Amino acid sequence: MRTSLRMRALASVAAAALLLSGCSAGAGGDGGGDNGGDSSGPVDLNYWAWAPNLDKVVDIWNTKNPDIHVTVNKQDGGDPAITKLLTAIKAGSGAPDMIQAEYQKIPTLVASDALADLSAVGANDIKDKFPDAVWNSVTLGGDAVYSIPQDTGPMMAYYREDILKANNLTVPTTWDEYAETARALHKADPKVYLGTFSANDAGWFTGLSQQAGASWWSIDGDAWGVDIDAEATNKVADYWGGLVEEGVIDNKPMYTPAWNKGLNDGTQAGWVSSVWAPGVLSGNAADTAGKWIAAPLPQWDASNPSDGNWGGSSTGVTTQSKHPKQAMEFITWLNTDPEAIQALIDTSGIYPAATEAAAGALTEPPAFFSNQPDFYDVAAKVAQTVAPFTYGPNVNVAYSAYNDEFAKAAQAKKKSAFLDAVGAMQEITTADLKKSGFTVK
Amino acid sequence: MTLLAPPKAPADTAGSPLGTRSGRRRRYDVRTRIITPYLMLAPGIILFAAFMLAPILYTIYLSFQRTQVVGLGLGSGARKQVFAGVANYVSALTNPEFAASVGRVLLYGLILIPTMLGLALLFALLLDSRRTRAAGFSRISIFLPYAVPAVISSLLWGFLYLPAVSPFYFVFDKLGWDVPSVLSSKLVLFGIANIALWGGVGFNMIVMYTSLKAVPTEIYEAARIDGASEVQTALRIKIPIIAPALVMTALFSMIATLQVFAEPTLLRPLTNSLSTSWSPLMLVYRDAFTRDNIYSAAATSVVIAVATFAVSFLFLRIVQKRAFGQED
Repeated sequence: MRTSLRMRALASVAAAALLLSGCSAGAGGDGGGDNGGDSSGPVDLNYWAWAPNLDKVVDIWNTKNPDIHVTVNKQDGGDPAITKLLTAIKAGSGAPDMIQAEYQKIPTLVASDALADLSAVGANDIKDKFPDAVWNSVTLGGDAVYSIPQDTGPMMAYYREDILKANNLTVPTTWDEYAETARALHKADPKVYLGTFSANDAGWFTGLSQQAGASWWSIDGDAWGVDIDAEATNKVADYWGGLVEEGVIDNKPMYTPAWNKGLNDGTQAGWVSSVWAPGVLSGNAADTAGKWIAAPLPQWDASNPSDGNWGGSSTGVTTQSKHPKQAMEFITWLNTDPEAIQALIDTSGIYPAATEAAAGALTEPPAFFSNQPDFYDVAAKVAQTVAPFTYGPNVNVAYSAYNDEFAKAAQAKKKSAFLDAVGAMQEITTADLKKSGFTVK
Repeated sequence: MTLLAPPKAPADTAGSPLGTRSGRRRRYDVRTRIITPYLMLAPGIILFAAFMLAPILYTIYLSFQRTQVVGLGLGSGARKQVFAGVANYVSALTNPEFAASVGRVLLYGLILIPTMLGLALLFALLLDSRRTRAAGFSRISIFLPYAVPAVISSLLWGFLYLPAVSPFYFVFDKLGWDVPSVLSSKLVLFGIANIALWGGVGFNMIVMYTSLKAVPTEIYEAARIDGASEVQTALRIKIPIIAPALVMTALFSMIATLQVFAEPTLLRPLTNSLSTSWSPLMLVYRDAFTRDNIYSAAATSVVIAVATFAVSFLFLRIVQKRAFGQED
């Protein structure tokens, strides 16, 4: 009796130990690509991505390339995927071979040594397929290539054409005209706004500042510069702060049930957004299909058109991957091959970064904009004018400072509070860099 | 707590039924008697060490570290983890955002805990009163919100708080009332307290009701014979008798208050009046996962844990004498 009890206790200890080692083995195996060397035999590659239906595009590759099998591991979105990757990098194992990374995340990933330099496996051969400004954001201006561009998000403005017409208004081409239009609309019906200033979307404000000529970070030798509190950003903050203070632009965040309702019932009669907006609008306000018109962003200087970027991502290879060569082969196909580009447009609904390959594929407007056959001509035109912008190693800190500081400002509805928020962003971002030991000029 | 202590075992008869074995046998017995309990405890100890103790020790270790960057901080070897001394603790304790978040949850607790426990006690007493009808149904309906996860209830209430989509505001609008948004900066604290209240009353009510049920009915009979009314019985007999349950629910509520996270985190995207550092745990979450500074987040976590321990201990010391006094 006693012996059997002791045996049972021992057995449960052994079981617990097995359970523990099982856990750690599971975590280690997550990285994939454990089989063999770099040259021969089929290779398994793991790919963390969140673009919708990307697995279907990858299926095309898998049927054609039995030697390099790619498994898409669906992620919740840009932020959670990066958080998970950084954790795996810190842990030393568990990272995938490839990762979908937004452009503003690249410096953070490079700073954590998460992305492999692809110039060693021939990344520079496909440099010509992408616009210079986009390529610059994956090299950070140096010799290394940390990622291959997949899609971009040139900003565009969207308006309810029927509502503008009913009020005898036209699509604004400058920010002054946009303000006038917003005033006129709101005066005609105090419930209607031409747009909203969203303190939740730092990327949106970054794109607007980029259009005005801001570049929030800079590299000078071995030092980083932070230039958030500069003339261009202040111009944008002053403009929107003025409209919010006046009350002709809404101050509530985007992507809330209330905002969705506004898109549906026309109380949000416009949206300053990006080339991917049709996907969001068709999901959130399907019944308004055909009532919208897409246009370039209003301009600060109509004679010198400029644009900002909101969204867009690239494909990087992690430093934990054992097969960077094969990964590069797949990424090159995914982001430059005409068949892959066509599939990305059709099934994932993205705006590809490889301009030439995309031009042939983007002939039809998105279904939601069937009333506007030249939708992609407008997009191609504004994509050419995207202003250069450098992201720094602590975009996450600057963005979270944006959320908090501009939430306060939007709540206060004071122009001066908007300008204070820019100052606070500058201060928080600089202090964070200094605290980590960066040299800040 | 002392109520729960098991009755003393009558006598140690199970251990050694016969005291007349050979010396060899006895040595074996002693050894097994010492080793066996540990072997049987081992699964628990191992799991506790692996999933509780190790993370806590690791958190404490991390709280004394920081990142040191070389040059531009790009590429391999550009970032090192170095010893930081108490720097993380100093910055956690001097951070105005942390002080502000603590202030907010204290105010939140002052509003929430008395209201929640007061309502829970009221419902428990009503359910326990002799005249109650449909007690089973009422008990379940009051308890049911507790079964709704905080994430779901926050989303539900979020919808109800947004004037543009809320049926309440639709009615207010039709009546011509100008009701300010619950999500505005002045009222958002009450909005969050309301979600916690809605979910928490039922649980606390059940705890109190259960301990009311454990009271021998002879006491009530005696009170009735002495001419005590229902209200007098409740105030003079029921409440004093269930005081230990009240203390426990108060303690659990205080700890839950200090750890409020899900409700404000889920309401945040809907409004400008909640910051990413609204509550102490939101600040920890932001530092660790948004700002990628696990060292500072670890230090803040340790401060919160120590403060929670201190507050709980102090609270028990102050009220224990009164609540459990009669049992000593």
